Amino acid sequence: MDQSSPSHGSPVVSLRGVSKSYATGVQALVDFDLVVRAGEFVSFLGPSGCGKSTALRIVAGLSAATAGRVEWPNGEAPIGFVFQDPTLMPWATVEKNVALPLTLSGRDDSTAVADVLQHVGLHDFASSYPRELSGGMKMRASIARALVTGPDLLLMDEPFAALDEITRFKLNNELLGLWHESKRTVVFVTHSVFESVFLSQRIVVMTPRPGRVFTEIAIPAAYPRDENFRTSVEYADFCSQVGKALRAAIGEAG
Amino acid sequence: MSERIMRMALPLIVFACVLAVWEAVVQIGEIPAYLLPGPVLIARTLVADGPLLLASLWVTLFTAFQGFLLAAAWGTLLAILFNQSRLIEYSFYPYAVILQVTPIVAIAPLLLIYLPQHLAVLTCAWIVAFFPVLANTTLGLNSVDHNLLALFQLYKANRWQVLWQLKLPSALPQMLAGLRIAGGLSLIGAVVAEIAAGSAGAGSGLAYRIAESGYRLNIPRMFAALLLLSVAGVAIFFVLTALSHLALRRWHESAIAREI
Repeated sequence: MDQSSPSHGSPVVSLRGVSKSYATGVQALVDFDLVVRAGEFVSFLGPSGCGKSTALRIVAGLSAATAGRVEWPNGEAPIGFVFQDPTLMPWATVEKNVALPLTLSGRDDSTAVADVLQHVGLHDFASSYPRELSGGMKMRASIARALVTGPDLLLMDEPFAALDEITRFKLNNELLGLWHESKRTVVFVTHSVFESVFLSQRIVVMTPRPGRVFTEIAIPAAYPRDENFRTSVEYADFCSQVGKALRAAIGEAG
Repeated sequence: MSERIMRMALPLIVFACVLAVWEAVVQIGEIPAYLLPGPVLIARTLVADGPLLLASLWVTLFTAFQGFLLAAAWGTLLAILFNQSRLIEYSFYPYAVILQVTPIVAIAPLLLIYLPQHLAVLTCAWIVAFFPVLANTTLGLNSVDHNLLALFQLYKANRWQVLWQLKLPSALPQMLAGLRIAGGLSLIGAVVAEIAAGSAGAGSGLAYRIAESGYRLNIPRMFAALLLLSVAGVAIFFVLTALSHLALRRWHESAIAREI
């Protein structure tokens, strides 16, 4: 599949007119429409509180839509979810944390765990406890846990927001590497224009509360994208285009 | 001198000074032993009455220990039940609170009417020690990281897995804090009940020895018994603190020395 043209993949999951309002009366999401296609890297971009995390949780089944439907044309795909915090169990070693999705389904696959740890560069830290790791390493463990079941769909909720820029760039590169070789579908939530442009094939720009799709922007730059891409004129142009769209989205909502 | 040594040495020096002054006041003022015995006399009494007092200490400690175990088991079990079912929590929590706020000194004489003495003392130790276990464990079980809970939900964990693999380990620090409080309280509960029982007539625990010595104006023995009780309380605290440290040392902030 040509990764720079996302429209070719078959739909994995579709959100049709999805709305979410909370008991407090807050409207998080209104009439949200989106089709995620197999193998694509799509980002939700918007300011804090625009309902982008809510949309992701609804896809994951962690939150229920108050209106609209979530459709899985080919049946519900196995999901990996990465939270904004590493969300590791502090009482368990890295290895046990990463193995959790397998343990919970009664499987015991130590090769899968070792493989995925090798992949994210944590093989030497299998028996460390989360508190002994740096922020970036904790996030790697969290990503390893999401990948250990080999999910078709990886949902990531601002996973790198709390990390320093150097670590974030590094993990961005690694994430693209993982995506490129596995061809799995990634839905990535972020409030960073630069991060979304660097990673995505398609950016869904959202309006602030209540969250709607303001516009969709394709980033047809070729992969693999590396540090050279980050400093290219092409990258800067995309950033400025997306930045303008984001400002317009915020402006429209007042 | 390093701070560590100072922290050990200073309380000991203060203790030695207090003992010296105390002994001097008793000697110089020629205070009779039935008013205030000196530390030397108390130490001598401790040695002379040692077998009797130690046997009594054993009775009291054993009761406190049984009460502690019952409190730990029931407190944890009830906290789990409360956590699993709102209905059970709403039905029974108020009674647990009532049991806690009613002074044990007031309950003890009543229990002594309805229960054989040993059982009444044990029940007192249990009642006092039970609530901190229940309250702390409940708090711990309810303070689970919401995202971790969401993660377990995502991987379709059943109730049992959520309890064993998430809620109980995550509640462990609070549970252990509750147990530490319960250890000291179970001793207090046993002592209170023994004193109440002592005034009713029979008994052989250490608290009973204190009450009995009081009636006989054997003040040195009162002090010696009191000293043993304190030491026992401190020992219980240290044992439980050490256990808690062992259980948490790899992962919980409370058990890890801060690096500056």
